[in-house]
Amino acid sequence: MTDWIDIGTLADIPQRGARTVQIAGEKEIAVFRTGDDKVFALVNECPHKKGPLSQGIVHGHSVACPLHNWNIALKTGEAQGNDEGCTPTIAVKEEGGRILIARPVALKAAA
Amino acid sequence: MDFQNNGPATASEEEIFVPCEDVREHLVVVGNGMAGCRAVEELLARDKDRYRVTIFGAEPYVNYNRIMLSPVLAGEKSFDDIIINSREWYSENNIELIAGDPVTGIDRTAKTVTSQSGRTVGYDKLLIATGSDPFIIPVPGKDLPGVISFRDMKDVDTMLEAAGKGGSAVVIGGGLLGLEAAHGLTLRGMKVTVIHLMDTLMERQLDEAAGWLLKTALEGRGQTILTGANTEAIYGHGKVEGVRLKDGTEIPASLVVMAVGIRPSTALAREAGLDVNRGIKVDDHMVTSDPDVLAVGECVEHDGNVYGLVAPLWDMCRSLADGLTDQHTGYKGSVTSTKLKVAGLDVFSAGDFSGGEGCEDIVLRDASRGVYKRVVVKDDKIVGAVLYGDTVDGGWYFDLLKREEDVAEIRDLLIFGQAFASGGGALDPKAAVAALSDDAEICGCNGVSKGQVVACIEKGACSLDAVRGSCKASASCGSCTGLVENLLAVVLGDDVQSGPRTMCKCTSFGHDDVRREIVAQNMRSIPEVMQRLHWSTPDGCSSCRPALNYYLLCALPGEYQDDQQSRFVNERMHANIQKDGTYSVVPRMWGGLTNPTELRAIADVVEKYNAPMVKVTGGQRLDIFGIRKEDLPAVWADLNAAGMVSGHAYGKSLRTVKTCVGSEWCRFGTQDSTGLGVKIERMTWGSWMPHKFKIAASGCPRNCAEATIKDFGVVCVDSGYELHVGGNGGIHVRATDLLCKVSTEQEALDYCAAFIQLYREEARYLERTAPWIERVGVDYIKSRIVEDEAGREHLRSRFLYSQSFSQDDPWAERAAGQHAELHQHLDPIAIAAE
Ligand SMILES: Cc1cc2nc3c(=O)[nH]c(=O)nc-3n(C[C@H](O)[C@H](O)[C@H](O)COP(=O)(O)OP(=O)(O)OC[C@H]3O[C@@H](n4cnc5c(N)ncnc54)[C@H](O)[C@@H]3O)c2cc1C
Ligand code: HEM
Ligand code: SF4
Ligand code: SF4
Ligand code: FES
Repeated sequence: MTDWIDIGTLADIPQRGARTVQIAGEKEIAVFRTGDDKVFALVNECPHKKGPLSQGIVHGHSVACPLHNWNIALKTGEAQGNDEGCTPTIAVKEEGGRILIARPVALKAAA
Repeated sequence: MDFQNNGPATASEEEIFVPCEDVREHLVVVGNGMAGCRAVEELLARDKDRYRVTIFGAEPYVNYNRIMLSPVLAGEKSFDDIIINSREWYSENNIELIAGDPVTGIDRTAKTVTSQSGRTVGYDKLLIATGSDPFIIPVPGKDLPGVISFRDMKDVDTMLEAAGKGGSAVVIGGGLLGLEAAHGLTLRGMKVTVIHLMDTLMERQLDEAAGWLLKTALEGRGQTILTGANTEAIYGHGKVEGVRLKDGTEIPASLVVMAVGIRPSTALAREAGLDVNRGIKVDDHMVTSDPDVLAVGECVEHDGNVYGLVAPLWDMCRSLADGLTDQHTGYKGSVTSTKLKVAGLDVFSAGDFSGGEGCEDIVLRDASRGVYKRVVVKDDKIVGAVLYGDTVDGGWYFDLLKREEDVAEIRDLLIFGQAFASGGGALDPKAAVAALSDDAEICGCNGVSKGQVVACIEKGACSLDAVRGSCKASASCGSCTGLVENLLAVVLGDDVQSGPRTMCKCTSFGHDDVRREIVAQNMRSIPEVMQRLHWSTPDGCSSCRPALNYYLLCALPGEYQDDQQSRFVNERMHANIQKDGTYSVVPRMWGGLTNPTELRAIADVVEKYNAPMVKVTGGQRLDIFGIRKEDLPAVWADLNAAGMVSGHAYGKSLRTVKTCVGSEWCRFGTQDSTGLGVKIERMTWGSWMPHKFKIAASGCPRNCAEATIKDFGVVCVDSGYELHVGGNGGIHVRATDLLCKVSTEQEALDYCAAFIQLYREEARYLERTAPWIERVGVDYIKSRIVEDEAGREHLRSRFLYSQSFSQDDPWAERAAGQHAELHQHLDPIAIAAE
């Protein structure tokens, strides 16, 4: 059983960009929209030194961290290339034009 | 344009003076085209002094690269770009060029030629290089104004004029030439229909499958392609109005381009009684039936073959020059390959792929990538190849074909290309070029083989530009740039001077190439650049996107829509991101000056938003640290209210103008460096650059503002202003180069604007002025800024024009609510659990 949170519509997120979601007591979440209109959600922290991934350049299905340019795969949260590390991902689904993300608590329980 | 100005010439007392002691044998060349001039070049390379040379040309131009007429039509090159030999070349080599005056007769007994203007010139050796005439199909209306062929610069001019008026064009003939004409006219805004008699486009070079892919791609670009269509008539009153097909269809058009084929231009030779079949018959040294008359190029027939491509010309010209200098090598005929020069469509074909007895086809199709490859093998040798969509291995197949290499051992891997077939599977382009044979062709446009490129590198050309300059490889269409770079790397190892590297892994083009194409093809958006220059990724990466955004911004001031998502975080947020994800805010302080209102506003902001630190920067202003992205617009609103604007401490842009107190206060001051600094900053703020740009103005040579480690620095002296460029602090400190000295403040401002614009237009993205100047040389900068007054003025006015769009304070826009999504969080609504 998963709790879902409605965070708005696709149009609220800039294409090849991200918005952030704050939920009391939780780490900030970054919700990305790619060039082909796929939506991904990750904890807004780079596995390297916690750079805010939401501020990076989104290309393909990756984001380049704004601090030291690590590339993070949006789907898995994993650092690409020679870098190692992983950012937790959060489930996303679309329902009736609204974007829903899984409540991180549920994610923790599942993990 | 570099016209040869003595045409159309008349025979007059102005005949170029020929010293009477010049008793050398006289070589007269008829045809100032690709083969004629190349033959002379080859001859000069072997024996500079042996012949006195006169060249007659029907066209009123110097020698240009005919195959590059297509890029000229498409707007990718200018006529100047395609000149092979400028007027200087003719004069330096004492060649008399008689341009715009065709030869009308040859008298072989008297050994003279006569031209249209009545000039008669004697020869010892005559070289006929008259090329081909376009074939005009004998339909009614073929002579109407507006019906042209595609052969020379005049035709291109006619097409450009017609395209300028818009409307529709019909291209008759779907071969190489016709499709390149159609492509160019489409880019120039005409609605184009291609009429092709056969069922397959380019049927002589492509098989059905590749022809179909090509047709689909062209239709996707808006052209109408009619195959199996037979022209009955061209109609119109006084000028062309359209084309009627045999089936009755009428296609309206204001321009009809006939590109149905060419015929060797043999009339002159035939009238002179030389042996002529399809072309002028020549032996292995290009000698005709008269031992003193030679012929070369498309007008000849050798061993029963006539050619319509440039590659054979290069071989012919070598044998011809060998023969004329008593070395007897001999031309053995050529195998040709073809490449279509339409941006974004990679089509290659070579040899024979008609199939037949004993031929085996190896085919690879990859529909998702739009790739089709077919290699035809006979008796374990490659006899033909057709590649569509992925042509990187074209050169390799062609090399194997020409060398008649036995491919039995690599047969199974052949179709996957050289990388796989040579084992390992990993793509090592250096190993690939190293493996090519010496006579493998590297540059198809200029006919340069691997051996020649290597020789020219070994003679000291150790950068791409040097190679382009000395043997012309990669100097025309640029598609062999990668090969030449790899050859440089192979020959020189680490000594290679880094030329334009590719921009990033998404493209095979270097920064300069991309930039040139953006301007030449008038591209207007990042997706358009990626599409036209075949980016390999869907939307680039964090290296190329910001660069493209900048190049477009620079090319299209006031028109280009800045793409926020292609900006680095700092430029998108108009503040500097710090390691904890908060931002620092640096308001502009003109020339480092401030006042109580500003200081009070800054103090208030620090308190109101709990900024943990304020610091004086090295650029003489105050930096407020620890602001959250949500608060930025409010902070900016408060600072705006006190009259402060963005300091762009975050941008690849003008940062600060550092000043000293100068003559207003300082006992050593010679000029008002503070006032000048303020004026410079008012003029330059807000401009986007390839990299950050810092300026300083010091009031005397004591140089307290450290102007000699800035991108642009002014050091005031009693008699005026010394202007310095190309300095920076940082890991590798570089002191400036002195650009020049000027005497007035206005000049200092003007030179500054011009220099910045030159940097904006010519440096590569993320290249600071220091490495840029080390790359191009300070003499080059001087030649553009100091010596060329008109050029300086143009640069300056382009800078000011672009500034008229960039001096809106980005903070004010954000404070007013623009791009709120970049600053605000999304609003989550919890919904019931499933
Ligand atoms: C638009 C276009 C694109 C092409 N693209 C390619 C390509 O991608 N690859 C390729 O391999 N080939 C290409 N070709 C073909 C290539 O240009 C020719 O093979 C080559 O130019 C032939 O050289 P030439 O010297 O024999 O003839 P030309 O270059 O035509 O030179 C002949 C010259 O002689 C002059 N002349 C003719 N009669 C007289 C006279 N009586 N007196 C004085 N001068 C005279 C003509 O005006 C002309 O300037 C292209 C051709 C065109 C038109
Ligand atoms: C990621 C790298 C860097 C960051 C984040 C950074 C950040 C900053 C900031 C915030 C300022 C104050 C800005 C202002 O007043 O305009 C500054 C000033 C300065 N930086 Fe950097 N900097 C970086 C790299 C460099 C490099 C590579 C150099 C040298 C080439 C450099 C040289 C300077 C100098 C000399 C100043 C003082 C400004 C002046 O005198 O004009 N910095 N830097
Ligand atoms: S550079 Fe010269 S004028 Fe300026 S403060 Fe220093 S000593 Fe004075
Ligand atoms: S010198 Fe290094 S640590 Fe200091 S501001 Fe510049 S980049 Fe940061
Ligand atoms: S924090 Fe993301 S790359 Fe360093």
